[in-house]
Amino acid sequence: MLPFLLEIGTEEIPDWMIPSALEFLRSKFPGENVRVDGTGRRLVVRADVPARSADREELVTGPSVSVPAKALEGFCAKQGVTAADLAVIDTPKGKYWSFTRQIPGRNAADTLREAIPALIMSIPWPKTMYWPSIGGPKFIRPIRWIVALLGAEIVPFECAGVTSGNTTLGHRRLGARGPLPVTVDNYEQVLRDNFVIVSAAERRAKIETEVAAVAAAKGLQAKPDAKLLEVLTYITEYPTAILGTFDASYLTLPSEVLVTVMRHHQKYFSVETAAGELAPHFIAIMNIPADPEGHVVNGNERVLRARFNDARFFYDVDQKRPLSERVEDLSHVTFQAKVGNYLEKTARVAALAGELGGPDAEAAGHLCKADLTTEMVKEFTDLQGLVGGLYARAQGVTRPVAQAIYEHYKPLSMEDTIPSTAPGQALSVADKVDTLRTCFAVGMIPSGSKDPFALRRAAQGVVKILAEGSLTVTLDELCAGDAKLTAFFRERVEYYCREVRGFAYDEVAAVLAAGYGNLPDALARLDAVKAVRPTADFEPLAAAFKRIKNILKQAGELPAGVPDAALYTEPEAALAAITEATDVATGTYPERLARVALVRPAVDAFFDKILVNDPDPMVRENRLRLLTLLINKFSAIADFSEIVTN
Amino acid sequence: MDTFQETIFKLKKYWADRGCVINEPYDTEVGAGTMAPETFLRVLGAKQYKVAYVQPSRRPADGRYGDNPNRLYKHQQLQVILKPTPADVIDQYLGSLEAIGIDLSKHDLKLEEDNWESPTLGAWGIGWQVMLDGMEITQFTYFQQCGGVDLHHVPAEITYGLERIVSFLQGKESVYDIEWAPGFTYRDVRYFDELQQSVYNFEVADVPRLWRLLDEYEAEAQRLVDGYRVEGLAGADKRRYPLLSAYDNVLKCSNLFNLLDARGAISVTERVGVIARVRKLAVGVAQAFLDQEQYREVA
Repeated sequence: MLPFLLEIGTEEIPDWMIPSALEFLRSKFPGENVRVDGTGRRLVVRADVPARSADREELVTGPSVSVPAKALEGFCAKQGVTAADLAVIDTPKGKYWSFTRQIPGRNAADTLREAIPALIMSIPWPKTMYWPSIGGPKFIRPIRWIVALLGAEIVPFECAGVTSGNTTLGHRRLGARGPLPVTVDNYEQVLRDNFVIVSAAERRAKIETEVAAVAAAKGLQAKPDAKLLEVLTYITEYPTAILGTFDASYLTLPSEVLVTVMRHHQKYFSVETAAGELAPHFIAIMNIPADPEGHVVNGNERVLRARFNDARFFYDVDQKRPLSERVEDLSHVTFQAKVGNYLEKTARVAALAGELGGPDAEAAGHLCKADLTTEMVKEFTDLQGLVGGLYARAQGVTRPVAQAIYEHYKPLSMEDTIPSTAPGQALSVADKVDTLRTCFAVGMIPSGSKDPFALRRAAQGVVKILAEGSLTVTLDELCAGDAKLTAFFRERVEYYCREVRGFAYDEVAAVLAAGYGNLPDALARLDAVKAVRPTADFEPLAAAFKRIKNILKQAGELPAGVPDAALYTEPEAALAAITEATDVATGTYPERLARVALVRPAVDAFFDKILVNDPDPMVRENRLRLLTLLINKFSAIADFSEIVTN
Repeated sequence: MDTFQETIFKLKKYWADRGCVINEPYDTEVGAGTMAPETFLRVLGAKQYKVAYVQPSRRPADGRYGDNPNRLYKHQQLQVILKPTPADVIDQYLGSLEAIGIDLSKHDLKLEEDNWESPTLGAWGIGWQVMLDGMEITQFTYFQQCGGVDLHHVPAEITYGLERIVSFLQGKESVYDIEWAPGFTYRDVRYFDELQQSVYNFEVADVPRLWRLLDEYEAEAQRLVDGYRVEGLAGADKRRYPLLSAYDNVLKCSNLFNLLDARGAISVTERVGVIARVRKLAVGVAQAFLDQEQYREVA
C-alpha cells in the first residue's frame, strides 16, 4: 500500500457546494481508506492505494473449431498468439478454440494517472463555468493547481489545462507567497504553517470554541446557528472569531430585522444576554488569525452601522403609511401573472381564513400581504410576514391578529414549527390552500423536479398544520372535490407520515387507504396500527385479509345484496356472528383494533374448512358477500391487506 | 492618506502597467460599467482586449436627495475587463488593493459566491462579491454570455465600488465626507447632482413624455438593428454600418426604463414587458455586432 494525496486547487468554490463535491470524490475514488477534506480553495482526497494491482489471467474464447483455417489465422493475428497457444474447450454451444491470456498487474501510478482527470471533471456541480475560452474545461470555478502524490512520487497528468505536481499554495495573503512543495506526510503541516487549516472539522470546532469564548468574555452567549457555522467553515481557511459592538440605540428596531441584517447580510452570529435578549454586539469570523490593530473590527462595525441606518430609514418611512392603507396598493403587485394580483388574493385568503378560524383570522387575512409594499420587505424579503406582524402591532392592531400575520408563512420547512395560535394556523392554511387552488385551477401543477411556485412546500405546510394544530377542517373540505389536488395532498401526507413521523411504509399505505381527509384521525389510527402490529394475531390476520382481498378481486364485481344466513354452514355462521358482534365504532383505536384481532380464529377456521369457490354459484356468491361484509367493516381503520407480512 | 482622485490614479496606473487600455467614461447614461460599449460590445468575439475605465453609473431609484451617507443616485465604478482572463487574475486583483494601500495581511478578505445576471442585456456570469472587513468592495465576474451569445473568450470583469473603497480607506462614515481632491470633498463635487437628480427622478420627470421618449429611442434602435439585417448589404456597407449608434439608443431606453421605474410608473407586470423590449434590442445589437467583426478586421 502506498499513501496517496490529491489536492485540487481552485478559485473559491461556493461554500454550500463543497461537502457534496467531497462526498462524490470519496465515493468514487479508487482506493482504500479514502478520506476527503477541503476549503473553498482546495478539494483534498487521501487514500491508501496498492502499489501494483495483482497479475491475473483471462480466458479468451475464439471461433468454433468448425471454422475454416483462414478464420482461425485471422483470430490468432488479431490476438497476437500462434495456433500452438490455442486449446479446445467445451462450451454449451459446442467446441471452441481458446487461450489463456496473462494480464500483468498495473502500477497504481499508471491507473491513477488515467483515472483522476476524468474523476475530477465528473464532479457534479449545480452550475458550471467554462474558461479561458469557448470549448475550455467546465468546472465550478477555474482549477489553478493540482497536487497528486503517490508515496514520494508525483502522479503526472494534465487536467483542465493544469499539470499535476507536488506544490500547493497557502493562504491568499499570509505565509509564503508562491508554490510550496509538499509531501504526503507534511502536507497538512506545511499548509498549517501557511495559515490554512485543511480539516473542515477542525475549522468548525475552532469557530465554535472561539465564538463561545468571545461571547462569554462579555458575560453573553452567541445565538446558536448551525447553518451559519457551516457556511463560515467553508468560506474560511483560517477562521478566527472577533467580537464587535453596535450602538444600543439600534435595539429599538425589531430584533428580527437586526438579526437578519447580521446573519444574512453580514454572516455574523448575534449575541444574547442570559435572559435571551439581543445584546448590542456581534461576532464575525475573519479569515486571518488576529486583528491586533482592530482594523477588522472597526471595518465590520462601520458596515453594520450603515446597514442598521438603512433599516431604521426603511422602518421610519414605512410607518408613514399604515398597513391598512397599503392593502389597496396590492392591486399593483402581481401574485402570479395567470392568476391575478395580491389584492384579489387578499380577499380570498381573508374569507377562507375567516371560515377556518373566525374574525381574528379574517382580520389578519386582510392585512397579511400589505407588508409586500413596504421598503423593509423590499430590502429584506426573508422577513415578509414577520414585518407585517411587527408593523401591525406597532400600529395598534390587536395582539392575536398581529401574531397571526407574523406567523402566517410558517412552517417554512418540516423542521419548522407551525403557527402558535389558532387564528395563525387558520391564516397560514388559508394562504397556502388559496395558492394551491388558484395554481391548480390554471393548470400550474408541479411535475417531476419542476415546482417553481413551491406548491409542494405549501401543501406540506398545510399537512403539518392540520396534523399538529387545532383546526377542525378536514383535507377533504379544503380540496373541495378537486381530484388532482386531493392526489397531490396524498403524496404530501405520505411523506409527512413516513419522513416526519417515522411510520413504516406499509402502515402508512394501510391507514391512508382507509381515508386521510381527517389527518389527526389518520394519525391516531397509525399510532394504533403501529402499537398492535407486534401482537401475535395481527400479522396473521393481515395475511388473511390479503387473501380475502385477492379472492374478492378475482371474483370481480358482485351483484348487490346481503349474505343469506340460511345458506351458511357452521364456520360461516361463526364468522358472520363475530363480524356482526365486533364493535369497531367505539373506544380508542387500539381498543378497537384489539377487538378486530379477536376475529382471527374465526377467519382461520373459515379458511380451514370452507372452499369459497363452491360448485353451487348461489353458495359461492353468498360466501363472497360475507367476506365483502367483513372486509368493509374491518377496513375502516386501516386496510390490513396493505401490511407486508412474512 | 490618498484622496479619491489619487486612489483612482493609482488603480489606473496599476492596470495600465498590466497592459490595459485606460479609457475615459462613456458619454451616454448607463446603469453600470458593464453597459458601456467598452464592456458590453468588446467582450463579444474572438479579439483579445484589456481595458480599464471609471464609469459613473446612474441608478435613479437609489437616489436619496444627497441625504443618505451610503446610497447614491450616481456612483463611480472602476471597471476592468481582461479578455481572456489571465490565470493569475485574482492575484493581480489583490495586488491592486495593495497598490492603493490596503495591507491584506491585516484585513479580512473573502470571495463570496455572487453570480451576476442582467436580463436586460441577455448577459450572465459566475463570480464573487469581494468582501473586505465585511464590506462589499468589488464584483468579480467571469462572463459567460452577453447578448444571449456564449462568449469566445471568457473575460474577467472586475468592478470596484470606488466610493465604498475610498470611504473605507479614509475612514469616513459618509461618502460625502470623502476627500476628493485636496481641499474638496465628495460633497463639494457631487452633492447638487444627487439632490437635483433625485428631485427630477422622483418628483418632476414627466412620465408620459418619458414613455414617448422610450418609444422613440426604441424605434430608432430597432430601425438600425433591422437595417443591418437587410439582405444583400455589401461587406463594405456592413463595416461602416452604425451599430454603435444603435447601441447608444438601447442605452437611452435602458436609462428611461430606470427613470420610469424610479417614478413608480411601471407596475410589476409591465416591468417584465419593458425589460423584454430592451433585451430584444440589446440582443439584436450584440448579435449584429458579432457578425460585423469579420468586416471590421478588413482594413
